[in-house]
Amino acid sequence: MTATWTIPTIRAALAAKKISARELAGEYYAAIEKRDPELNAFLTLSKDRALAQADRVDAAVKSGAALGPLAGVPIAVKDVISTQGVRTTCGSKILENYIPPYDATAIERLDRAGAVILGKTNCDEFAMGSSTENSAYGPVRNPVALDRVPGGSSGGSAAAVAAGLAVASLGTDTGGSIRQPGTCCGIPAMMPTYGRVSRYGLIAFASSLDRIGPFASNISDLAEVMAVIAGHDSNDSTSADVPVPGYTQNLEKSVTGLRIGVPEDYFGEGLDPEVKEKVQAGIALLEKLGCRRIPLSMPHTDYAIATYYIVATAEASSNLARYDGVRYGLRVPGSTLIEMYRKTRERGFGAEVKRRIMLGTYALSAGYYDAYYLRAQKVRSLIARDFADAFLKVDAIITPTAPTPAFRLGEKTADPLQMYLADIYTVTGSLAGVPGISIPCGKTRLGLPVGMQIFGPLFGEVRVLQLARAFENAGGGA
Amino acid sequence: MKISREDVLRVAELAQLELTPEEVELYRKQLDEILTYVGKLNELDIEKVEPMAQVLFAAAGDVHPELRDDTLFPCNYGEAVLAQAPDAQPPFFRVPKVIEK
Repeated sequence: MTATWTIPTIRAALAAKKISARELAGEYYAAIEKRDPELNAFLTLSKDRALAQADRVDAAVKSGAALGPLAGVPIAVKDVISTQGVRTTCGSKILENYIPPYDATAIERLDRAGAVILGKTNCDEFAMGSSTENSAYGPVRNPVALDRVPGGSSGGSAAAVAAGLAVASLGTDTGGSIRQPGTCCGIPAMMPTYGRVSRYGLIAFASSLDRIGPFASNISDLAEVMAVIAGHDSNDSTSADVPVPGYTQNLEKSVTGLRIGVPEDYFGEGLDPEVKEKVQAGIALLEKLGCRRIPLSMPHTDYAIATYYIVATAEASSNLARYDGVRYGLRVPGSTLIEMYRKTRERGFGAEVKRRIMLGTYALSAGYYDAYYLRAQKVRSLIARDFADAFLKVDAIITPTAPTPAFRLGEKTADPLQMYLADIYTVTGSLAGVPGISIPCGKTRLGLPVGMQIFGPLFGEVRVLQLARAFENAGGGA
Repeated sequence: MKISREDVLRVAELAQLELTPEEVELYRKQLDEILTYVGKLNELDIEKVEPMAQVLFAAAGDVHPELRDDTLFPCNYGEAVLAQAPDAQPPFFRVPKVIEK
């Protein structure tokens, strides 16, 4: 049974020679083979690479050499993160046969830590979506309820961990794409501070927002993966040169006396009553653990979705201009260069990607730049200021992660705006750059997981992880 | 109505996208709805607010993050990169003729 493995139990079992890294990888591949046909969480399995890495770990065990912090740990990676020699599609037809010539820094760090990368996970095309239904390779099903979406855009990474097909996984979060699927699938999921984890080798969607972060089945494993992937990287000019504190060493510290801010703006119209009830109960549990609840007002919350969909699409329209059939990916021949560009992009991109390129191009075009892009960047300042002001008064901010539990497949595909509103509580933190985590806080009467979000100040991941761990230890997830 | 058919065609041209007539109408309607929603940003007085382009600049106050030194280092990826190209003729990418004589 794979679901019972955690990073510490793997470490102990390898050291005690109760299992080899190769056997463990084999267990996970067997589970994937059995379960993934109905989930569609994986797009590519990287067996050769995984088994070669497992053999290196086993050789180290045999020779008594020091093992890396994630030695033998089976990990899945969202298919927007470059993996040398392993196909990386971004969930798009335009990169169907693309094989990166190098590893992303996050992958290189996992590799060096001894992690075994099982394969690449399904996602919304170029990470654009909240349900994983925008993948060119078919939707992912939620392992908790197969008729429902796993959230998105990192739906495959969330579903893989929730179904026990990986011990941990990497996703990316631009407007909620780690936290919201974490919620939908009922597992912890973390978006680190902007700049905390290198994005070298992450295929860009919206560069002022994109972040890499982990999913795991518990907070301790989440902290262990964070400890490996965080830190400055000279290959990414947006990576922050800020010391990384010990995420695992500080995890079990008491949360007594911490001030938790609860912004009324996140509990208004549109919030499902059952979700509201569970999150309120979660806040009460944190109070019982000694946290002090402080009411907050974050008045620009309601403008976050509008701001986000201008900023993110403007950046996307620019980033995705590179898919033109010249250097990599799909090429559809044309008699002129322009015709080749247009035919390639017409056939290679799906509907949501085209929609966002169009929206972003419009927002940046002559005559509209001031009215849309510049205005949105200014409102982004106001949203960031809401957070900066709040963190003068509180140590963390607690909100629901998503307004509803996982919705049904097909429920929102016809109405892009409704789909965008699934990210209403997550985009705020994305725009402000602060770290955020989603942790399970119970289930609805239908058995669907509910998530509670904890925001911390810039580079304050430790505080967020401590609160999440205390909550988990107190049984808050049940 | 904020978005006309002509707007959609103009934007598609700028973005190098070829759209079917059905897509033109669908995107016109959907972009119109989204931009109408985005119109709520007009409720705010932003005259004295600075635009935020980058989180780390904002986090660092007025101090800009250090830029790296502009130093040369060997970059021997040419072959690996060209191997991914749909039509390579090393050391070049081949494309349809650009300049008419």
